[in-house]
Amino acid sequence: MSDERPETPPTEGPPTEGPPKEGPPTEAPSEETRGQRRFLRDLMGLDVIDWRTAVLVPLLALLSALIVGAVIIAVSDVELLRLWGEDVGEAFSQTWTTIRDAYVALFRGSLWGLRPISETLVSASPLILAGLSVALGFRAGLFNIGAQGQMILGGIVGAIIGFSFDLPYVLHVLVALIGAAIAGAIWGGIPGLLRAKTGAHEVITTIMFNLIAVPLLDWVLKLEFVQRAGRDDPVSKTVAETARLPQLLGWLDRNDLRVHAGFILALLAAWFVHWLLFKSTLGYEFRAVGANPDAARYGGMNVVLVYTGVMAIAGALAGLAGANEILGIPEYRAAPGFVAQIGFDAIALALLGRSHPAGVVAAGVLFGALRAGGQQMQAATDIPIDIIVVLQALIIVFVAAPALIRAIYRVRTGEGTGQLTKGWAA
Amino acid sequence: MTAVIAAPAPKLLTPAQRRRAKIIGIVLLVLAAFTLLVFGIGTEGDATFKFVIPGQSPTEIPDLTVPGAGSSILLAGVLAFLGAIQVTRGFGDKANLVLGIGLILFVLAFLIWAAAGSPLGAFNFTSMLRETVLRSFPIAMGALSGVLCERVAVINIGIEGMLLGGAFMAALVGSTQGPWWGIVAGVLTGGALAWVLAVLAVRYRVDQIIAGVVINIFVLGITSFLTVRLFAENPQFNNAQILKPWKVPLLGDIPIIGDIFFRQTIFVYALFVLVAGLTFGLFRTKWGLRSRAVGEHPKAADTLGINVYRMRYLNVVLGGMIAGLGGAWFIIGSVGRFDENMTNGRGFIGLAAMIFGRWHPIGALGAALVFGFADSLKQVLGILQTGIPSEFLLMAPAIVTVIVVAGLVGKSRPPAADGQPYVKE
Repeated sequence: MSDERPETPPTEGPPTEGPPKEGPPTEAPSEETRGQRRFLRDLMGLDVIDWRTAVLVPLLALLSALIVGAVIIAVSDVELLRLWGEDVGEAFSQTWTTIRDAYVALFRGSLWGLRPISETLVSASPLILAGLSVALGFRAGLFNIGAQGQMILGGIVGAIIGFSFDLPYVLHVLVALIGAAIAGAIWGGIPGLLRAKTGAHEVITTIMFNLIAVPLLDWVLKLEFVQRAGRDDPVSKTVAETARLPQLLGWLDRNDLRVHAGFILALLAAWFVHWLLFKSTLGYEFRAVGANPDAARYGGMNVVLVYTGVMAIAGALAGLAGANEILGIPEYRAAPGFVAQIGFDAIALALLGRSHPAGVVAAGVLFGALRAGGQQMQAATDIPIDIIVVLQALIIVFVAAPALIRAIYRVRTGEGTGQLTKGWAA
Repeated sequence: MTAVIAAPAPKLLTPAQRRRAKIIGIVLLVLAAFTLLVFGIGTEGDATFKFVIPGQSPTEIPDLTVPGAGSSILLAGVLAFLGAIQVTRGFGDKANLVLGIGLILFVLAFLIWAAAGSPLGAFNFTSMLRETVLRSFPIAMGALSGVLCERVAVINIGIEGMLLGGAFMAALVGSTQGPWWGIVAGVLTGGALAWVLAVLAVRYRVDQIIAGVVINIFVLGITSFLTVRLFAENPQFNNAQILKPWKVPLLGDIPIIGDIFFRQTIFVYALFVLVAGLTFGLFRTKWGLRSRAVGEHPKAADTLGINVYRMRYLNVVLGGMIAGLGGAWFIIGSVGRFDENMTNGRGFIGLAAMIFGRWHPIGALGAALVFGFADSLKQVLGILQTGIPSEFLLMAPAIVTVIVVAGLVGKSRPPAADGQPYVKE
């Protein structure tokens, strides 16, 4: 991230602490230049450079979430609650054991050994892709809650291309991925277009497109040319071998290492989004519209094109995330609920990663680890995996409101996420 | 509607309005053509409307049987007539009303077609409308909650989570302490979640939409977690008593109307009381004037000595309590037990109803009834076995919502400061 050093000093905090900064630290900037710098900083995507904001706050947020999660695990055990009334010492030690076992399983399932790491990366790939989708929207002042639906569309189209055609290796998987991206782009682009043309807020329309996508998937899966022969339940045919994302550690000859090329795809997508946002003219327009749509319009930018374009590219990224779940995960088929909650986790992820591609990758690996470890935890200790959804929600709260972290840990923190979205008015 | 800065209604139409008028006319003509070609021509058999709910209605009303093809062609004619007038002369400011009537006629033609084509040949009109009122309840609660919050300029995306949280606690407390305490628990849970939203949005100035999303994710996670961990092994905690419908004396004896409105559970009556109360409160009391001032121009309100933060806390928590009541309905007023994610997007549809209803309690109720109708239509068509895949019926409310917010009904204006945190200087 060295290329994102700020040209302007941070606008807050006394200059006595922290790394030495360029620029004149002595004179206090006037209200006007402050506003200009803030605007410039937003525009250049330079709001992630402070290590406190980028590293310390997320770590403390994770720690706080784990502590609150431990409390929830402890108080949701009826047996344990009964024990508190009878034998406090025993209750205390049992509570400790329960929580320790849970978190040890969480850690072992995510990082301890080759297979857990492979599982973490398998979970991380779609999260990163969907997270990039949401992050890209945030940069342009749009809130894409529709990653879920866009993933479903991408998955459907990826699966259909995967089992319908007979194409050579490499080409087949590329065609399937491109098809998935286009499907996602359409599903995301329509809300973008509606927002630009009619002012219909993308929060509402993308949620509705999610609600439309779910029954649509159920319906498609029961179509004759999609449903697996001889099955009554809605399950698609298996994707041809030529259309599958190759396993990265297949040469190790172990069949439990599922990590596949989808992770490479996610990293490439992160690089692409970084290039798009910070190195291309189009990305500059995206961020300009995000920072101030009126100024951008006045400056001659086509806001309709930007809104539609941002949402279409965001949809394409989510569509790839959906295809990733079909073309990369053994069994290689579509079934209801194949997206799980990834589209919603992606929102948390984009916030945690501060809408920066590198941050999204890091946050995606973290959430992937939580998901992989959560499965191990559920299997080993009977604690439902849903607890990690709670952890994720808590992490966002602490990241979005660092004042809480400041108050609890008595450390200096950067700013919160501030206003990322706009109200209903167009 | 907005008494703070009420502008006199302009008599002359702007180009945008004129274009919209034309679009409405064309929509009506398209509906007419569709009705004629799909519902009218080739339809055989009759459709029967039943008005008596067996074992409940006080008076006998004879069934009404109409010929399928003939009545559809007649309705198509009326639609074409309305459309032609709208395109040529225009109904002026009555255009929305005409569009509404047109849509009702279209749905009627659709129902006749569905009934005539089905092996049953009949459906119960009264029970469908009764179901509409019932199903619009959680949507209306979500919408009213949104109205209260957004009138003080706090966007509440967390309504879905408040409904779900209210439902969960209503199930837990309702099972152990009885249904009335279940309702109280639901209301308090909604209020508590809203308080969290208010703290994040007002005090910490977190982006309001993100704060709301956090609440949704958190509630979805924790209720799913506890459903598995708590309810699976202790089903006695998830088995609440359901309140029976209570007939309003006299009013409940009116034919049809009585069945639809006055033989419902206490929830439905609470809805009507709330709509009336909020309409009066927001537009006729000091509290309402202050709320709207805070939503339109917080700085001006502050200058005049209104405590902006306190108004926001108060209204958001009240809104959350209303959403919590909506959540309690899922348990105490409907099925008696909690399931993971059982609200299934009702809170978001409630938000759309709030926008459709133009941030007004009565408008919100009307919009919620439209969505409730779409919901109950799904059920009727399921019974009639129309051959339309049930998945498409499930999509219907969402598609209606997209069309609604995309502005077929015209642009509506949110409170001016909506979504912006206020910093006291």
